[in-house]
Amino acid sequence: MSVDKDTVKKIGRLARIHVPETAQEQIAEELNHILGWVEQLNEVDTSDVEPLASVTGHSLPLRTDSVTDGEKSDDVLKNAPQSASGFFVVPKVVE
Amino acid sequence: MTELLSLSATQAQQALQNKDCSATELTSAYLDAIEQTSGLNNYVAVTAEKALEMAAESDKKIAAGTAGMLEGLPIGVKDLFCTQNVTTTACSKILRNFVPPYESTVTANLWQAGGVMLGKLNCDEFAMGSANETSCFGAAVNPWSADTPLAAGGSSGGSASAVAAHSALMATGTDTGGSIRQPAAFCGVVGMKPTYGLCSRWGVVAFASSLDQAGPFTRTVADSALMLSAMASHDPKDSTSSSHPLPDLQRALAQGVKGMRIGIPSEYEMDGMDTEIVALWQQGQDWMNQAGAELVEISLPHTKYALPAYYIIAPAEASSNLARYDGVRYGVRADEVSSLDDMYEKTRAAGFGEEVQRRIMIGTYALSAGYYDAYYKKAQQVRRLIRQDFDTAFAQVDAILTPATPTAAFALGQKQEDPLTMYLNDVFTVPANLAGIPGISVPAGLSKDGLPLGLQLLAGAFCEDKLYATAATLESMANFTTSAPKAA
Repeated sequence: MSVDKDTVKKIGRLARIHVPETAQEQIAEELNHILGWVEQLNEVDTSDVEPLASVTGHSLPLRTDSVTDGEKSDDVLKNAPQSASGFFVVPKVVE
Repeated sequence: MTELLSLSATQAQQALQNKDCSATELTSAYLDAIEQTSGLNNYVAVTAEKALEMAAESDKKIAAGTAGMLEGLPIGVKDLFCTQNVTTTACSKILRNFVPPYESTVTANLWQAGGVMLGKLNCDEFAMGSANETSCFGAAVNPWSADTPLAAGGSSGGSASAVAAHSALMATGTDTGGSIRQPAAFCGVVGMKPTYGLCSRWGVVAFASSLDQAGPFTRTVADSALMLSAMASHDPKDSTSSSHPLPDLQRALAQGVKGMRIGIPSEYEMDGMDTEIVALWQQGQDWMNQAGAELVEISLPHTKYALPAYYIIAPAEASSNLARYDGVRYGVRADEVSSLDDMYEKTRAAGFGEEVQRRIMIGTYALSAGYYDAYYKKAQQVRRLIRQDFDTAFAQVDAILTPATPTAAFALGQKQEDPLTMYLNDVFTVPANLAGIPGISVPAGLSKDGLPLGLQLLAGAFCEDKLYATAATLESMANFTTSAPKAA
């Protein structure tokens, strides 16, 4: 598996990071270098191994479905780059 | 002043209790030290006014006989912990103006126990790095540097540097792959990563949620136990927080290692390892043996695969966690954008540094359709094997002794060319994060260049008592008392 310029463009798009055309080649090289090193994992036989996602050993706790917080819209909006009338403001999405 | 700065936390606690000094005097001494050592760039914000207010409050409590566990002790906070009304940046341009309206659980616990907040400490951007060089504020400098500025390590470089430079009595850090233990070893201080779930992650800027764990930086092992006792708590606001009670650490500190079995993993002897590190590791084994422990050769067969597994799992989780920095709800937004998507892409390209972008890209790739099984699932399978290696080992031994880092502190700017060279710094520390077990780095000697070297102890999950029993013994055998030349 090898990452090329087009893949870098695609990953950049998925990650919502603008990758300038001029940098794509170099990033592809870097990613290949790292992924090539990662490929040593293929030496390990994992055919019967269950993936380990969490080490806690306990299942996620549930709580009563009730409101425990709220009335903090000022706090929530305090750090917004742009807000108005209790909303976050973003560039126009629908014409 | 210097006398106050050289006290350990437990000694300072005694001095405050005996009224040999006040919390205000102690805090003032630290604020002066911060100014004096500002060239080390280990603080990104100093909260002097708040510190003096908190110290005055502590003086009242001490006088009233209602002192908390950490009453009046000055603490620095890694800039990854949200602190209410105090800018919290994760040392990233994208968060440079973020002022949290809430306090992280760990820091809230510290202030509740009477700790005094000195300020926010430098770290790698979003804790991604091993030399503190990815910080948007520039690297923290190791106070052991002579002419050439040396790396304080990373990601919690500012925390290690400040504790070693006597500009913080104690400091918080976070450890995702070694970010507490590696800088602690570089700076000659004690750095401890608790069992996953012991300290709440609530209010800590997330890097890789299944690996991130907060822990203490201190000058002694006893101080480490004291600070951890205040930091740890069960927190319903963190769904992975454990309700497992913290063992009696005070008892553990005095327990010694007589009759304990210490594992020596053969796989940690790696090709091309620094001979000084090999010699120190051997010395550590001799010390433990002299103190009455039995040394047991063990095998952790999947050790060499920990690092490559980590460099899939951590970036994968990071790519998901860092999706929240979109220029909408907080942080810095790019100007002159043509659409919502354009705003996202430009904001993130301008706001994230090179290493953070690289890891988001790797993580996004590893999680993308068609590659998920080959990379992410594979890494998680290897993770289970690493966990099983430790389970098998801890069925035979109480603790494991390893080197903390492959080398002593290196010069800043030296390892930037190839990201892989930097990643290899974490070779001894990463397995504990993947397995979720506790680890501690204890300063144990000096290199021929006069730089500190650390040894690492590991214990089974929630066996912090065994970890501190062995660490206290290692500390007393090593008798590491040298101070950093650039300390205040």
